[in-house]
Amino acid sequence: MALASAAGARMMRRTIYAHPSLFLVIGLLCLWQIAFWLVGRDALLPPLETILYLAGLLQTARFWGHIAETGTAFVIALAISVVAGLAIGLALGLNRMAAEVFEPFLLAGNSVPKIALYPIVLLIFGIGMPAKIAFGAIHGVVPVAIFTLTACSNVPPILFRAAAAMRLTRWDTIRSVLLPAALPDIFSGIRIGFSLTLIGTILGEMFGSQRGLGYLLMTAIGLQNIQVIMSVTLLLVLVAATVNTLLLAQDRRLRNPATPSQAP
Amino acid sequence: MRIALYRLLAVLLPLALLEILCRDRFITPLTLPAPSQILLGLWAVIEKGTFNAAILKTLTNVGLAFVLSVVVGITTGAAIHRARLLRALLEPLFSTYYAIPIYAFYPLFIVVFGLGDAPQVLIGFMLAVVSMIVSTLAGLDSVPPVLGKTALVLQLGPVETVRSVTLPYAAPYLFTGVKLAVAYAFIGVIGAEFIMSGTGLGYEIRFAYDNLDNNVMYPLILLILLIAITVNMSLDRWEWRLRARRGHG
Repeated sequence: MALASAAGARMMRRTIYAHPSLFLVIGLLCLWQIAFWLVGRDALLPPLETILYLAGLLQTARFWGHIAETGTAFVIALAISVVAGLAIGLALGLNRMAAEVFEPFLLAGNSVPKIALYPIVLLIFGIGMPAKIAFGAIHGVVPVAIFTLTACSNVPPILFRAAAAMRLTRWDTIRSVLLPAALPDIFSGIRIGFSLTLIGTILGEMFGSQRGLGYLLMTAIGLQNIQVIMSVTLLLVLVAATVNTLLLAQDRRLRNPATPSQAP
Repeated sequence: MRIALYRLLAVLLPLALLEILCRDRFITPLTLPAPSQILLGLWAVIEKGTFNAAILKTLTNVGLAFVLSVVVGITTGAAIHRARLLRALLEPLFSTYYAIPIYAFYPLFIVVFGLGDAPQVLIGFMLAVVSMIVSTLAGLDSVPPVLGKTALVLQLGPVETVRSVTLPYAAPYLFTGVKLAVAYAFIGVIGAEFIMSGTGLGYEIRFAYDNLDNNVMYPLILLILLIAITVNMSLDRWEWRLRARRGHG
């Protein structure tokens, strides 16, 4: 009997090691349900009801209008973050002097609470789409730039010497030496930029907008509408976690190209 | 030395340009007052002490969130380091954690805890604690297993082992965690104050913005930036000095 239960426990352990994400999600759902039992209906909705309410919202055209609004702002902000971040990172990465002068500014930009800058963005762009895009891009551009800069300085100098020996032009050096060598780090920067841009866009919508998921959250807070708060939060967490997991898998594939791709 | 000069120029030149544009009314004071005006405003705010209560409130909450996250983060990290199964389970959470918009939980915290300091401290804590846990794990991973065995052979007690084996190896990682925790505690607390609260610097900025009171808003924004950057830079300095003393240069 004891032997059987020991074997069972070992089986259980092995299953958890094989699918940690699955068991993590189950564990979090259990915690959520327990928290609901503890605080009650005034503050929380149980998992099943939240999922059903979200499914209901997803069948209304108005909710999709909000999603489209947030999605558009986010995609443009992400494009700006990636392009500007790469440009800044490469410009500094290729010039040692510039890198040394400007790197502290980038690192400081990373540690500053950017939400404090929000009123300035609103005063410049006014309420609406441009302000959201700008705020999303402010959040995303710094990590992309920092990771790109670090990636450039991590490229072995011998590669550059080889490129010089082969008389590659500056542009060819960037294209066929620097970018392939730095790609894994740059990709990590884009992954982090992705999440921060999403957070920035949502924050932007919470204050300076009449549409979008962030606006929906803010009005729901005002009305104490728990159902909307929880289902929008759930949707955001689901989207962010899913995309990040996919990007992380690609990230690992870039870092270890030899090993065949496997779910992390 | 030359680099310091360039850095100074990189700050001063844009400021001077901004000053000229503002004085020429190319940028109206409704959008942005001249930098010199903002600086004078900051001086007035500090001298009059109108916002001392708000500053104190914000700094206290940031401090609370920071200390909590460091203590909880290091203990949790050390515990998870021993429980391998739990670590395997939580690893996916850690790697996606910072992709999740934590602020989205703030409304729930307000509903659960009310509009006191607790929701703000909790947001700062939640943002900061995971970076502390992850750094602690990385630090403990960096200790070579053979040194653990050496400690056993030398019959060091647990306290001695931590002091003379674990800490020296893990310290650089822990320091990175602490630095991140400070930044996240600031970002979390001020962000939460800004979204919805009744006190603190974030709230005062929001209030000034809603009243179009640029003479208060810009100096306070500058104050937050200065505090965050100063704290960050002093930690960098300190870390650099620690490393230099250990000969890592």
